[in-house]
Amino acid sequence: MTALLQAERLEAFYGASQILHGIDLTVARGEQIALIGRNGMGKTTLLRSLMGLVPACRGQRLLHGDDIAGAQPDAIARRGVALVPEGRGVFGALTVVENLIMAARPGRDGRATWTLPRIFELFPRLAERRGHGGHQLSGGEQQMLTIGRALMTNPELLLIDEATEGLAPLVAQEIWRTLGVIRREGVATIVVDKDFRSLSAIADRMVMLAKGVVVFDGPPAKLAAQPELLERHLGV
Amino acid sequence: MTKERASPIRTTVLPALILAVALALPFLVPQYYVQFASKVLILGVLAMALNLVVGQGGLVSLCHAAFFGLAGYVLALLSPKYDPASLLLTLPAAVIAAGAVALVIGALALRTRGVYFIMVTLAFGEMLFYLFHDADFAGGSDGAFINAKPELVIAGVRLLDLDKPLVFYFVVLAVTIGAVGLLTMLVRSPFGHALAAARDNERRARALGFPIFRIRLIAFTLSGALAGLAGYFAAIQFGFVAPQMLGWHQSAVALVMVLIGGLSTVTGPLIGALVLLGLEEVLKATFEQWKLIEGIIVIAIVLLLPNGVRQLWPMAVGEADPKPARDDKVAPSPARAPETGHA
Repeated sequence: MTALLQAERLEAFYGASQILHGIDLTVARGEQIALIGRNGMGKTTLLRSLMGLVPACRGQRLLHGDDIAGAQPDAIARRGVALVPEGRGVFGALTVVENLIMAARPGRDGRATWTLPRIFELFPRLAERRGHGGHQLSGGEQQMLTIGRALMTNPELLLIDEATEGLAPLVAQEIWRTLGVIRREGVATIVVDKDFRSLSAIADRMVMLAKGVVVFDGPPAKLAAQPELLERHLGV
Repeated sequence: MTKERASPIRTTVLPALILAVALALPFLVPQYYVQFASKVLILGVLAMALNLVVGQGGLVSLCHAAFFGLAGYVLALLSPKYDPASLLLTLPAAVIAAGAVALVIGALALRTRGVYFIMVTLAFGEMLFYLFHDADFAGGSDGAFINAKPELVIAGVRLLDLDKPLVFYFVVLAVTIGAVGLLTMLVRSPFGHALAAARDNERRARALGFPIFRIRLIAFTLSGALAGLAGYFAAIQFGFVAPQMLGWHQSAVALVMVLIGGLSTVTGPLIGALVLLGLEEVLKATFEQWKLIEGIIVIAIVLLLPNGVRQLWPMAVGEADPKPARDDKVAPSPARAPETGHA
Protein backbone atom coordinates (compact mmCIF):
# COMPACT_ATOMS: atom_id res chain seq x y z
CA MET A 1 0.00 0.00 0.00
CA THR A 2 1.31 3.47 -0.88
CA ALA A 3 2.41 5.58 2.09
CA LEU A 4 0.48 8.78 2.65
CA LEU A 5 3.66 10.82 2.68
CA GLN A 6 7.19 9.85 1.82
CA ALA A 7 10.23 12.10 2.05
CA GLU A 8 13.62 10.88 0.90
CA ARG A 9 16.98 12.61 1.29
CA LEU A 10 15.18 15.83 2.13
CA GLU A 11 17.47 18.83 2.44
CA ALA A 12 16.40 22.39 3.30
CA PHE A 13 18.28 25.65 3.31
CA TYR A 14 17.79 29.16 4.68
CA GLY A 15 20.13 31.22 2.54
CA ALA A 16 23.58 29.64 2.80
CA SER A 17 22.67 27.67 5.95
CA GLN A 18 21.68 24.05 5.49
CA ILE A 19 19.08 23.07 8.10
CA LEU A 20 18.00 19.58 7.01
CA HIS A 21 20.66 17.09 5.90
CA GLY A 22 18.95 14.25 4.05
CA ILE A 23 15.83 13.38 6.06
CA ASP A 24 14.00 10.12 5.27
CA LEU A 25 10.47 10.03 6.66
CA THR A 26 7.43 7.95 5.84
CA VAL A 27 3.93 8.58 7.20
CA ALA A 28 1.26 5.89 6.87
CA ARG A 29 -2.46 6.70 6.73
CA GLY A 30 -3.86 7.45 10.18
CA GLU A 31 -0.45 7.25 11.84
CA GLN A 32 0.44 9.65 14.65
CA ILE A 33 4.08 10.66 14.71
CA ALA A 34 5.79 12.69 17.40
CA LEU A 35 8.65 14.81 16.09
CA ILE A 36 11.08 15.60 18.89
CA GLY A 37 14.46 17.21 19.39
CA ARG A 38 16.04 20.21 21.04
CA ASN A 39 15.44 23.75 19.78
CA GLY A 40 17.08 24.57 16.46
CA MET A 41 17.39 20.94 15.32
CA GLY A 42 15.11 21.40 12.29
CA LYS A 43 11.66 20.23 13.48
CA THR A 44 9.80 23.35 12.34
CA THR A 45 11.81 23.47 9.11
CA LEU A 46 10.86 19.85 8.39
CA LEU A 47 7.14 20.62 8.83
CA ARG A 48 7.47 23.77 6.72
CA SER A 49 9.36 21.86 4.02
CA LEU A 50 6.62 19.23 3.85
CA MET A 51 4.07 22.06 3.50
CA GLY A 52 6.05 23.68 0.67
CA LEU A 53 6.87 26.76 2.72
CA VAL A 54 10.66 26.45 2.37
CA PRO A 55 11.55 27.35 -1.21
CA ALA A 56 15.12 26.09 -1.03
CA CYS A 57 14.50 22.35 -0.70
CA ARG A 58 16.08 19.30 -2.31
CA GLY A 59 15.09 15.66 -2.25
CA GLN A 60 12.00 13.67 -3.00
CA ARG A 61 8.60 14.35 -1.43
CA LEU A 62 5.70 12.11 -2.43
CA LEU A 63 2.12 12.68 -1.30
CA HIS A 64 -0.31 9.86 -2.18
CA GLY A 65 2.53 8.68 -4.44
CA ASP A 66 2.59 11.95 -6.39
CA ASP A 67 5.67 14.16 -6.48
CA ILE A 68 5.03 17.42 -4.59
CA ALA A 69 8.58 18.80 -4.74
CA GLY A 70 8.25 22.38 -5.98
CA ALA A 71 4.47 22.47 -5.38
CA GLN A 72 3.08 25.65 -3.83
CA PRO A 73 1.70 25.49 -0.26
CA ASP A 74 -1.88 26.13 -1.42
CA ALA A 75 -1.65 23.21 -3.86
CA ILE A 76 -0.26 20.92 -1.15
CA ALA A 77 -3.04 22.05 1.22
CA ARG A 78 -5.68 21.22 -1.38
CA ARG A 79 -4.18 17.73 -1.64
CA GLY A 80 -4.97 17.01 1.98
CA VAL A 81 -2.20 18.44 4.18
CA ALA A 82 -2.95 21.04 6.87
CA LEU A 83 -0.49 22.94 9.04
CA VAL A 84 -1.08 24.28 12.54
CA PRO A 85 1.85 26.67 12.75
CA GLU A 86 3.89 27.62 15.77
CA GLY A 87 2.50 30.79 17.32
CA ARG A 88 -1.03 29.84 16.22
CA GLY A 89 -1.92 32.31 13.51
CA VAL A 90 -5.61 32.92 13.79
CA PHE A 91 -6.84 35.72 11.57
CA GLY A 92 -7.51 38.42 14.15
CA ALA A 93 -9.90 40.48 12.05
CA LEU A 94 -12.22 37.52 11.47
CA THR A 95 -14.62 36.01 14.00
CA VAL A 96 -14.27 32.47 15.28
CA VAL A 97 -16.97 31.26 12.87
CA GLU A 98 -15.41 33.11 9.93
CA ASN A 99 -11.97 31.68 10.75
CA LEU A 100 -13.52 28.21 10.61
CA ILE A 101 -15.85 28.45 7.62
CA MET A 102 -13.28 30.20 5.44
CA ALA A 103 -11.21 27.02 5.53
CA ALA A 104 -14.12 24.60 5.05
CA ARG A 105 -13.83 22.19 2.17
CA PRO A 106 -14.47 18.49 1.71
CA GLY A 107 -11.61 16.03 1.81
CA ARG A 108 -10.11 14.42 -1.27
CA ASP A 109 -12.75 11.69 -1.07
CA GLY A 110 -15.49 14.34 -1.23
CA ARG A 111 -16.58 13.72 2.37
CA ALA A 112 -16.74 16.43 5.03
CA THR A 113 -16.05 14.60 8.29
CA TRP A 114 -15.12 17.81 10.07
CA THR A 115 -17.89 20.38 9.98
CA LEU A 116 -18.65 23.47 12.03
CA PRO A 117 -20.92 21.62 14.53
CA ARG A 118 -18.30 18.89 14.83
CA ILE A 119 -15.56 21.43 15.65
CA PHE A 120 -17.82 23.08 18.21
CA GLU A 121 -18.47 19.65 19.71
CA LEU A 122 -14.70 19.09 19.89
CA PHE A 123 -14.06 22.53 21.39
CA PRO A 124 -17.21 23.71 23.24
CA ARG A 125 -15.31 26.83 24.30
CA LEU A 126 -15.14 27.96 20.66
CA ALA A 127 -18.92 27.62 20.33
CA GLU A 128 -19.30 30.01 23.27
CA ARG A 129 -16.93 32.48 21.59
CA ARG A 130 -18.24 32.01 18.05
CA GLY A 131 -19.01 35.70 17.42
CA HIS A 132 -15.77 37.05 18.88
CA GLY A 133 -12.88 38.28 16.79
CA GLY A 134 -9.73 36.16 16.63
CA HIS A 135 -7.78 38.92 18.39
CA GLN A 136 -10.14 38.70 21.37
CA LEU A 137 -9.33 35.07 22.15
CA SER A 138 -6.99 33.76 24.81
CA GLY A 139 -3.87 31.80 23.79
CA GLY A 140 -5.59 28.48 24.44
CA GLU A 141 -8.67 29.44 22.49
CA GLN A 142 -6.48 30.58 19.61
CA GLN A 143 -4.75 27.20 19.55
CA MET A 144 -8.14 25.44 19.57
CA LEU A 145 -9.28 27.67 16.74
CA THR A 146 -6.13 27.01 14.71
CA ILE A 147 -6.51 23.24 15.11
CA GLY A 148 -10.25 23.52 14.34
CA ARG A 149 -9.55 25.59 11.25
CA ALA A 150 -7.01 23.05 10.00
CA LEU A 151 -9.53 20.22 10.57
CA MET A 152 -12.18 22.13 8.58
CA THR A 153 -10.06 21.46 5.49
CA ASN A 154 -10.73 17.74 6.15
CA PRO A 155 -7.05 16.84 5.85
CA GLU A 156 -5.52 13.39 5.66
CA LEU A 157 -2.29 14.66 7.22
CA LEU A 158 -2.18 17.26 9.98
CA LEU A 159 1.12 18.94 10.88
CA ILE A 160 1.05 20.53 14.33
CA ASP A 161 4.00 22.67 15.41
CA GLU A 162 4.44 23.26 19.15
CA ALA A 163 1.01 21.89 20.02
CA THR A 164 0.88 23.10 23.62
CA GLU A 165 3.66 25.69 23.91
CA GLY A 166 2.80 28.50 26.29
CA LEU A 167 -0.57 27.04 27.23
CA ALA A 168 -1.94 26.63 30.76
CA PRO A 169 -1.85 22.97 31.97
CA LEU A 170 -5.63 22.55 31.74
CA VAL A 171 -5.68 23.85 28.18
CA ALA A 172 -2.69 21.68 27.24
CA GLN A 173 -4.63 18.69 28.61
CA GLU A 174 -7.55 19.67 26.37
CA ILE A 175 -5.25 19.76 23.33
CA TRP A 176 -3.82 16.29 24.09
CA ARG A 177 -7.36 14.94 24.45
CA THR A 178 -8.21 16.46 21.06
CA LEU A 179 -5.19 14.84 19.43
CA GLY A 180 -6.55 11.50 20.66
CA VAL A 181 -9.91 12.20 19.01
CA ILE A 182 -8.21 13.22 15.75
CA ARG A 183 -6.19 10.01 15.78
CA ARG A 184 -9.33 7.90 16.27
CA GLU A 185 -10.84 9.62 13.22
CA GLY A 186 -7.97 8.27 11.14
CA VAL A 187 -6.23 11.57 10.42
CA ALA A 188 -2.46 11.11 10.23
CA THR A 189 -0.55 13.66 12.30
CA ILE A 190 2.98 14.83 12.86
CA VAL A 191 3.10 16.60 16.21
CA VAL A 192 5.96 18.74 17.46
CA ASP A 193 6.03 19.51 21.17
CA LYS A 194 8.41 19.65 24.10
CA ASP A 195 6.20 17.53 26.37
CA PHE A 196 7.97 14.21 25.87
CA ARG A 197 5.73 12.22 28.26
CA SER A 198 2.48 13.35 26.63
CA LEU A 199 3.88 12.70 23.16
CA SER A 200 5.01 9.21 24.20
CA ALA A 201 1.48 8.48 25.42
CA ILE A 202 -0.27 9.36 22.17
CA ALA A 203 2.24 8.64 19.38
CA ASP A 204 2.56 5.52 17.27
CA ARG A 205 6.11 6.48 16.38
CA MET A 206 8.74 8.88 17.67
CA VAL A 207 11.09 10.60 15.25
CA MET A 208 14.01 12.41 16.84
CA LEU A 209 15.99 15.08 15.01
CA ALA A 210 19.46 16.34 15.86
CA LYS A 211 21.21 18.94 13.71
CA GLY A 212 18.92 18.26 10.78
CA VAL A 213 19.39 14.48 10.81
CA VAL A 214 17.04 11.71 12.01
CA VAL A 215 18.77 10.04 14.97
CA PHE A 216 15.85 7.84 16.03
CA ASP A 217 12.72 6.55 14.30
CA GLY A 218 10.65 3.95 16.09
CA PRO A 219 7.95 3.21 18.67
CA PRO A 220 7.88 5.15 21.96
CA ALA A 221 8.71 2.07 24.04
CA LYS A 222 11.90 1.48 22.04
CA LEU A 223 13.00 5.08 22.59
CA ALA A 224 12.20 4.89 26.31
CA ALA A 225 14.56 1.92 26.49
CA GLN A 226 17.46 4.09 25.28
CA PRO A 227 18.02 6.56 28.16
CA GLU A 228 21.44 7.61 26.78
CA LEU A 229 19.77 8.80 23.56
CA LEU A 230 17.16 10.77 25.50
CA GLU A 231 19.86 12.25 27.73
CA ARG A 232 22.07 13.24 24.78
CA HIS A 233 19.39 14.70 22.49
CA LEU A 234 16.59 15.80 24.80
CA GLY A 235 18.19 16.19 28.22
CA VAL A 236 15.50 14.06 29.90
CA MET B 1 -13.06 43.93 8.02
CA THR B 2 -13.49 43.58 11.73
CA LYS B 3 -16.59 41.85 12.95
CA GLU B 4 -18.13 42.46 16.31
CA ARG B 5 -21.63 42.03 17.61
CA ALA B 6 -23.14 45.43 16.83
CA SER B 7 -26.36 46.67 18.35
CA PRO B 8 -29.61 46.57 16.32
CA ILE B 9 -29.47 50.38 16.24
CA ARG B 10 -26.21 50.16 14.36
CA THR B 11 -27.24 47.40 11.99
CA THR B 12 -30.82 48.34 11.20
CA VAL B 13 -32.09 51.64 12.57
CA LEU B 14 -29.11 53.77 11.59
CA PRO B 15 -28.85 52.56 7.96
CA ALA B 16 -32.64 52.95 7.56
CA LEU B 17 -32.43 56.48 8.92
CA ILE B 18 -29.53 57.40 6.63
CA LEU B 19 -31.38 55.95 3.63
CA ALA B 20 -34.52 57.93 4.53
CA VAL B 21 -32.49 61.15 4.77
CA ALA B 22 -30.77 60.37 1.44
CA LEU B 23 -34.14 59.80 -0.27
CA ALA B 24 -35.70 62.95 1.19
CA LEU B 25 -32.64 65.17 0.67
CA PRO B 26 -33.46 66.52 -2.83
CA PHE B 27 -36.83 67.74 -1.56
CA LEU B 28 -35.35 69.49 1.46
CA VAL B 29 -32.27 71.35 0.20
CA PRO B 30 -31.40 73.67 -2.74
CA GLN B 31 -30.22 72.10 -6.02
CA TYR B 32 -26.59 73.01 -5.33
CA TYR B 33 -26.54 70.65 -2.37
CA VAL B 34 -28.21 67.88 -4.41
CA GLN B 35 -25.31 68.15 -6.86
CA PHE B 36 -22.89 68.22 -3.94
CA ALA B 37 -24.51 65.05 -2.53
CA SER B 38 -24.14 63.35 -5.95
CA LYS B 39 -20.43 64.23 -5.94
CA VAL B 40 -20.05 62.81 -2.42
CA LEU B 41 -21.73 59.56 -3.45
CA ILE B 42 -19.61 59.21 -6.60
CA LEU B 43 -16.32 59.80 -4.80
CA GLY B 44 -17.62 57.64 -1.96
CA VAL B 45 -18.02 54.73 -4.42
CA LEU B 46 -14.45 55.34 -5.61
CA ALA B 47 -13.19 55.30 -2.00
CA MET B 48 -15.21 52.15 -1.15
CA ALA B 49 -13.81 50.45 -4.25
CA LEU B 50 -10.28 51.40 -3.20
CA ASN B 51 -10.97 50.12 0.31
CA LEU B 52 -11.66 46.62 -0.99
CA VAL B 53 -7.96 46.31 -1.75
CA VAL B 54 -6.61 48.63 0.97
CA GLY B 55 -8.80 47.69 3.94
CA GLN B 56 -9.75 44.12 3.12
CA GLY B 57 -6.69 43.19 1.09
CA GLY B 58 -3.99 45.23 2.85
CA LEU B 59 -2.72 46.51 -0.52
CA VAL B 60 -2.23 50.27 -0.77
CA SER B 61 -2.89 51.18 -4.38
CA LEU B 62 -2.02 54.57 -5.83
CA CYS B 63 -3.49 53.96 -9.28
CA HIS B 64 -7.22 53.75 -8.64
CA ALA B 65 -7.78 57.21 -10.07
CA ALA B 66 -6.47 55.79 -13.35
CA PHE B 67 -9.43 53.37 -13.48
CA PHE B 68 -11.75 56.19 -12.39
CA GLY B 69 -10.50 58.55 -15.10
CA LEU B 70 -10.19 55.88 -17.76
CA ALA B 71 -13.91 55.06 -17.51
CA GLY B 72 -14.68 58.76 -17.88
CA TYR B 73 -12.51 58.91 -21.00
CA VAL B 74 -14.24 55.81 -22.43
CA LEU B 75 -17.54 57.66 -22.14
CA ALA B 76 -16.06 60.81 -23.71
CA LEU B 77 -14.52 58.86 -26.61
CA LEU B 78 -17.67 56.80 -27.28
CA SER B 79 -20.02 59.80 -27.12
CA PRO B 80 -21.09 61.40 -30.41
CA LYS B 81 -20.08 65.07 -30.60
CA TYR B 82 -23.51 66.58 -30.08
CA ASP B 83 -25.85 63.65 -29.48
CA PRO B 84 -26.24 61.61 -26.33
CA ALA B 85 -24.55 58.24 -26.14
CA SER B 86 -26.41 55.10 -25.12
CA LEU B 87 -26.06 54.39 -21.41
CA LEU B 88 -26.65 50.70 -22.07
CA LEU B 89 -23.59 50.60 -24.33
CA THR B 90 -21.21 53.08 -22.73
CA LEU B 91 -21.67 52.09 -19.07
CA PRO B 92 -20.66 48.41 -19.54
CA ALA B 93 -17.88 49.48 -21.94
CA ALA B 94 -16.45 51.93 -19.38
CA VAL B 95 -16.65 49.47 -16.49
CA ILE B 96 -15.21 46.59 -18.54
CA ALA B 97 -12.35 48.79 -19.82
CA ALA B 98 -11.49 49.89 -16.27
CA GLY B 99 -11.69 46.29 -15.04
CA ALA B 100 -9.56 45.00 -17.92
CA VAL B 101 -6.83 47.57 -17.29
CA ALA B 102 -6.99 46.76 -13.55
CA LEU B 103 -6.55 43.07 -14.44
CA VAL B 104 -3.40 43.78 -16.46
CA ILE B 105 -1.92 46.21 -13.90
CA GLY B 106 -2.87 43.89 -11.04
CA ALA B 107 -1.32 40.86 -12.74
CA LEU B 108 2.02 42.69 -12.78
CA ALA B 109 1.83 44.80 -9.60
CA LEU B 110 0.60 41.99 -7.34
CA ARG B 111 3.91 40.20 -7.85
CA THR B 112 5.41 42.82 -5.54
CA ARG B 113 4.78 43.55 -1.86
CA GLY B 114 4.61 46.50 0.54
CA VAL B 115 6.22 49.73 -0.56
CA TYR B 116 7.13 48.22 -3.93
CA PHE B 117 3.46 47.54 -4.64
CA ILE B 118 2.68 51.18 -3.85
CA MET B 119 5.45 52.37 -6.17
CA VAL B 120 4.46 50.04 -9.03
CA THR B 121 0.79 51.11 -8.85
CA LEU B 122 1.89 54.75 -8.72
CA ALA B 123 4.03 54.20 -11.82
CA PHE B 124 1.18 52.54 -13.76
CA GLY B 125 -1.20 55.32 -12.73
CA GLU B 126 1.22 57.98 -13.94
CA MET B 127 1.75 56.09 -17.21
CA LEU B 128 -1.98 56.30 -17.91
CA PHE B 129 -2.03 59.95 -16.81
CA TYR B 130 0.70 60.86 -19.30
CA LEU B 131 -0.90 58.75 -22.03
CA PHE B 132 -4.02 60.91 -21.88
CA HIS B 133 -2.05 64.09 -21.11
CA ASP B 134 0.30 63.84 -24.07
CA ALA B 135 -1.76 62.03 -26.72
CA ASP B 136 -4.08 63.98 -29.00
CA PHE B 137 -6.81 61.38 -29.41
CA ALA B 138 -8.58 62.46 -26.21
CA GLY B 139 -7.88 66.17 -26.18
CA GLY B 140 -4.42 66.02 -24.60
CA SER B 141 -3.86 68.22 -21.56
CA ASP B 142 -7.08 70.16 -22.33
CA GLY B 143 -9.26 67.12 -21.78
CA ALA B 144 -12.52 66.43 -23.58
CA PHE B 145 -16.12 67.59 -23.23
CA ILE B 146 -19.17 65.35 -23.03
CA ASN B 147 -21.66 67.70 -24.66
CA ALA B 148 -24.72 65.49 -24.19
CA LYS B 149 -25.18 63.22 -21.21
CA PRO B 150 -25.85 59.57 -22.06
CA GLU B 151 -29.45 58.46 -22.10
CA LEU B 152 -31.30 55.28 -21.38
CA VAL B 153 -33.67 54.62 -24.25
CA ILE B 154 -35.60 51.38 -24.58
CA ALA B 155 -38.02 50.83 -27.51
CA GLY B 156 -37.85 54.52 -28.36
CA VAL B 157 -38.84 55.57 -24.83
CA ARG B 158 -36.40 57.73 -22.92
CA LEU B 159 -36.36 56.23 -19.42
CA LEU B 160 -33.72 58.40 -17.78
CA ASP B 161 -32.81 62.02 -18.33
CA LEU B 162 -29.48 62.41 -16.56
CA ASP B 163 -29.46 66.13 -17.40
CA LYS B 164 -31.90 66.62 -14.54
CA PRO B 165 -29.95 66.87 -11.25
CA LEU B 166 -32.76 65.12 -9.36
CA VAL B 167 -32.78 62.10 -11.71
CA PHE B 168 -29.00 62.01 -11.73
CA TYR B 169 -28.92 62.09 -7.92
CA PHE B 170 -31.31 59.14 -7.60
CA VAL B 171 -29.41 57.12 -10.20
CA VAL B 172 -26.14 57.77 -8.36
CA LEU B 173 -27.83 56.89 -5.05
CA ALA B 174 -29.02 53.59 -6.54
CA VAL B 175 -25.50 52.90 -7.85
CA THR B 176 -24.08 53.63 -4.39
CA ILE B 177 -26.58 51.31 -2.68
CA GLY B 178 -25.72 48.64 -5.23
CA ALA B 179 -22.00 49.13 -4.59
CA VAL B 180 -22.50 48.89 -0.81
CA GLY B 181 -24.55 45.70 -1.29
CA LEU B 182 -21.98 44.13 -3.61
CA LEU B 183 -19.03 45.00 -1.38
CA THR B 184 -20.83 43.81 1.77
CA MET B 185 -21.62 40.51 0.07
CA LEU B 186 -18.00 40.16 -1.08
CA VAL B 187 -16.54 41.00 2.32
CA ARG B 188 -18.84 38.50 4.08
CA SER B 189 -18.25 35.72 1.56
CA PRO B 190 -15.51 33.08 1.87
CA PHE B 191 -13.72 35.09 -0.84
CA GLY B 192 -13.67 38.17 1.43
CA HIS B 193 -12.50 36.11 4.39
CA ALA B 194 -9.67 34.64 2.32
CA LEU B 195 -8.67 38.14 1.18
CA ALA B 196 -8.58 39.33 4.81
CA ALA B 197 -6.68 36.22 5.85
CA ALA B 198 -4.03 36.94 3.19
CA ARG B 199 -3.76 40.49 4.52
CA ASP B 200 -3.27 39.24 8.10
CA ASN B 201 -0.80 36.50 7.19
CA GLU B 202 -0.20 35.54 3.60
CA ARG B 203 1.84 32.42 4.33
CA ARG B 204 -0.77 30.97 6.67
CA ALA B 205 -3.54 31.71 4.21
CA ARG B 206 -1.60 29.86 1.51
CA ALA B 207 -1.00 26.96 3.90
CA LEU B 208 -4.79 26.73 4.24
CA GLY B 209 -5.02 26.17 0.50
CA PHE B 210 -5.97 29.63 -0.77
CA PRO B 211 -4.50 30.70 -4.13
CA ILE B 212 -3.59 34.14 -2.82
CA PHE B 213 -2.38 35.72 -6.05
CA ARG B 214 -5.61 34.79 -7.85
CA ILE B 215 -7.80 36.00 -4.97
CA ARG B 216 -5.96 39.33 -4.81
CA LEU B 217 -6.10 39.73 -8.58
CA ILE B 218 -9.87 39.19 -8.60
CA ALA B 219 -10.27 41.74 -5.79
CA PHE B 220 -8.04 44.25 -7.59
CA THR B 221 -9.95 43.80 -10.85
CA LEU B 222 -13.37 44.15 -9.19
CA SER B 223 -12.12 47.17 -7.30
CA GLY B 224 -10.82 48.73 -10.53
CA ALA B 225 -14.14 48.07 -12.31
CA LEU B 226 -16.05 49.66 -9.43
CA ALA B 227 -13.72 52.68 -9.51
CA GLY B 228 -14.52 52.85 -13.23
CA LEU B 229 -18.25 52.86 -12.42
CA ALA B 230 -17.68 55.90 -10.19
CA GLY B 231 -15.56 57.56 -12.88
CA TYR B 232 -18.28 57.07 -15.48
CA PHE B 233 -20.80 58.97 -13.36
CA ALA B 234 -18.22 61.61 -12.41
CA ALA B 235 -17.69 62.29 -16.13
CA ILE B 236 -21.46 62.61 -16.63
CA GLN B 237 -21.80 64.99 -13.70
CA PHE B 238 -19.02 67.33 -14.74
CA GLY B 239 -19.61 66.94 -18.49
CA PHE B 240 -15.87 66.98 -18.91
CA VAL B 241 -12.86 64.72 -18.51
CA ALA B 242 -9.26 65.81 -18.00
CA PRO B 243 -6.00 63.92 -17.35
CA GLN B 244 -6.11 65.12 -13.74
CA MET B 245 -8.90 62.62 -13.16
CA LEU B 246 -6.31 59.85 -13.62
CA GLY B 247 -3.47 61.44 -11.64
CA TRP B 248 -1.93 60.26 -8.39
CA HIS B 249 -3.37 63.27 -6.59
CA GLN B 250 -6.89 61.96 -7.18
CA SER B 251 -5.77 58.51 -5.96
CA ALA B 252 -4.33 60.10 -2.83
CA VAL B 253 -7.60 61.99 -2.19
CA ALA B 254 -9.50 58.68 -2.36
CA LEU B 255 -6.97 57.15 0.03
CA VAL B 256 -7.47 60.04 2.48
CA MET B 257 -11.23 59.42 2.31
CA VAL B 258 -10.59 55.77 3.18
CA LEU B 259 -8.38 56.74 6.12
CA ILE B 260 -10.84 59.32 7.42
CA GLY B 261 -13.77 56.92 7.19
CA GLY B 262 -11.85 53.92 8.47
CA LEU B 263 -10.47 50.82 6.81
CA SER B 264 -12.48 48.30 8.75
CA THR B 265 -15.96 48.72 7.29
CA VAL B 266 -17.54 48.80 3.83
CA THR B 267 -19.32 52.14 4.26
CA GLY B 268 -16.58 53.91 6.25
CA PRO B 269 -14.96 55.40 3.10
CA LEU B 270 -18.36 56.77 2.04
CA ILE B 271 -18.51 58.64 5.34
CA GLY B 272 -14.88 59.66 4.75
CA ALA B 273 -15.90 61.19 1.40
CA LEU B 274 -18.73 63.11 3.09
CA VAL B 275 -16.41 64.38 5.85
CA LEU B 276 -13.60 65.42 3.47
CA LEU B 277 -15.80 67.09 0.85
CA GLY B 278 -18.01 68.66 3.53
CA LEU B 279 -14.93 70.00 5.27
CA GLU B 280 -13.73 71.51 2.00
CA GLU B 281 -17.10 73.19 1.42
CA VAL B 282 -17.14 74.77 4.86
CA LEU B 283 -13.47 75.79 4.91
CA LYS B 284 -13.49 77.20 1.35
CA ALA B 285 -16.29 79.58 2.27
CA THR B 286 -14.61 80.68 5.48
CA PHE B 287 -10.82 80.79 5.08
CA GLU B 288 -8.48 81.89 2.35
CA GLN B 289 -5.79 79.38 3.39
CA TRP B 290 -8.36 76.59 3.66
CA LYS B 291 -6.09 73.81 2.40
CA LEU B 292 -3.68 74.39 5.29
CA ILE B 293 -6.49 74.09 7.82
CA GLU B 294 -7.92 71.08 6.02
CA GLY B 295 -4.52 69.37 6.21
CA ILE B 296 -4.23 69.98 9.93
CA ILE B 297 -7.74 68.59 10.52
CA VAL B 298 -7.03 65.48 8.42
CA ILE B 299 -3.79 64.85 10.36
CA ALA B 300 -5.70 65.29 13.64
CA ILE B 301 -8.40 62.81 12.55
CA VAL B 302 -5.83 60.20 11.48
CA LEU B 303 -3.85 60.60 14.73
CA LEU B 304 -6.78 60.73 17.14
CA LEU B 305 -9.11 58.30 15.36
CA PRO B 306 -6.90 55.59 13.84
CA ASN B 307 -10.01 53.57 12.94
CA GLY B 308 -11.64 56.56 11.24
CA VAL B 309 -14.55 58.79 12.18
CA ARG B 310 -16.78 55.73 12.56
CA GLN B 311 -14.82 55.14 15.75
CA LEU B 312 -16.88 58.00 17.22
CA TRP B 313 -20.07 55.94 17.04
CA PRO B 314 -19.23 53.29 19.68
CA MET B 315 -17.77 56.08 21.83
CA ALA B 316 -21.01 58.05 21.49
CA VAL B 317 -23.32 55.15 22.37
CA GLY B 318 -21.01 53.42 24.83
CA GLU B 319 -20.34 50.20 22.84
CA ALA B 320 -17.00 48.60 23.65
CA ASP B 321 -15.01 45.66 22.36
CA PRO B 322 -15.02 42.69 24.69
CA LYS B 323 -11.69 42.12 26.40
CA PRO B 324 -9.54 39.15 25.36
CA ALA B 325 -10.36 36.04 27.37
CA ARG B 326 -8.03 34.42 29.85
CA ASP B 327 -7.12 30.76 29.75
CA ASP B 328 -7.98 30.25 33.41
CA LYS B 329 -11.62 30.57 32.31
CA VAL B 330 -11.29 27.66 29.90
CA ALA B 331 -12.84 24.64 31.55
CA PRO B 332 -11.43 21.21 30.76
CA SER B 333 -13.64 18.99 28.68
CA PRO B 334 -15.62 16.39 30.60
CA ALA B 335 -14.20 13.80 28.20
CA ARG B 336 -11.39 11.63 29.53
CA ALA B 337 -7.88 12.96 29.08
CA PRO B 338 -5.10 10.66 27.86
CA GLU B 339 -2.99 8.95 30.46
CA THR B 340 -0.08 11.32 30.16
CA GLY B 341 1.06 11.03 33.72
CA HIS B 342 0.87 14.73 34.32
CA ALA B 343 -1.58 17.61 34.06
